Amino acid sequence: MKKLNNTLKIFLTVFLCLSIVGCATVPTGFLKASEQSLKDRQLQMRQYETKDEQKIVTSVAGVLQDLGFILDNSETELGFVAASKKADATSGGQIAAAVLADTVGIAAALIGAPCYTNAVSRCDKEQMVKASVITQPSLDGSKTVVRVTFQRIVWNMSNLISRIETVKEPDIYQKFYDSLSKAIFLEAEQI
Amino acid sequence: MNKLIRYCSLFVILAMAVAVSGCATTATKALESDASAIKLRSMQTRAFDTTDKKKMMQTVISTMQDLEFVIDKADLTLGSVTGTKFVNQASVTMTVTVRPRGEKQLLVRANAQYGIKSVDDAATYQDFFTALEKAIFLTAQQVD
Repeated sequence: MKKLNNTLKIFLTVFLCLSIVGCATVPTGFLKASEQSLKDRQLQMRQYETKDEQKIVTSVAGVLQDLGFILDNSETELGFVAASKKADATSGGQIAAAVLADTVGIAAALIGAPCYTNAVSRCDKEQMVKASVITQPSLDGSKTVVRVTFQRIVWNMSNLISRIETVKEPDIYQKFYDSLSKAIFLEAEQI
Repeated sequence: MNKLIRYCSLFVILAMAVAVSGCATTATKALESDASAIKLRSMQTRAFDTTDKKKMMQTVISTMQDLEFVIDKADLTLGSVTGTKFVNQASVTMTVTVRPRGEKQLLVRANAQYGIKSVDDAATYQDFFTALEKAIFLTAQQVD
C-alpha cells in the first residue's frame, strides 16, 4: 500500500509539473543556411538568355495555369508569382497495404486479440501544392534567372494533415522548366 | 492514508485552478507578445548602407528561398515579403519588411513564427541576417 502511495504521488507530481511547464518549445537554428541549399539551387534555378523579365513573368503565370494552378498572388515588379492547386494524393499501394493491415486487425479482433488498426483512415487522400516563382536579372545583368519552389500539404482519409514538405523531386522541376522553355521559345540553362 | 487523500485533494484543487485560469477569454491573446517590444524589435532589425529597395527585396527573397522558404506574398510598395517553410512537421512563417531609414540606409526587419509561437530568440534572427549579409555583400548594422 505504501509503495502504491509513493508511486501515485510521483505520478501526480510529474503530471502537475508537465501541465504547468508545457512541453512545446521553439527549436533554434532553423534559419541557418545549410549545405543542402546549394543543391536545392541547382534543382530549382534556371537561367534564360534574355533581359525581358516581364515576358518571363507573364509566361510563368501562363505555364502555371497550363499546369492547373490557380494564381494566388503576384508582384510583377519583383518578378514574383505564387500559385496553388489541389490534387489527388491517393496511392494504390498505400491503400492496398492499409486494407490488408485492417483485415488482419479485424480477423485478430474476432479471435479476441485487441489490435484493430484502422489504417485506411490514415491513408493519404488529397494534397495542396503551392508554387512560388521569382525572376531576377543575373549578376552581370545579361540574363534572367528563374527560381521556382514547390511545397505540398497532404491530408489523409480522416481529413487530418498527414504530411507537410518541400518538394524535392527533380521530375517536377524539370517538367515546369520544360513547359516554360516551350512558352518563351528559349532554352533553359543550368546554373 | 490520510496524507494520500490530502495530497490528492491538493492535486485536484491545483488542477481546477489551472483549468479555470485557462478559461479566460482567448481574444486578448491575439495582440499579446511574449518578449518586451523594444528588445524584440532590436533583435529583429538591422540597418544596411544602401537605398536600393528593389535589390534589397530581391536579395531578401533569394535568401529566404535558400533557407527553404516558399514565398507567399511580396509587395514592393510596402516593402514586405512573407514566406513559409516546414520544420519537423510544424510551419514557420516569416515576414520581412524593408523600409528607408534616413537618406542613406535601409531598415530590414524580420518577424518569424514557429507554429503558434513567436520566435524571440536573438540567435535565430542573427542566422537570417548573417545569410542576408553574405548575399548582398553589405554589413548588417545593429540598430537601437
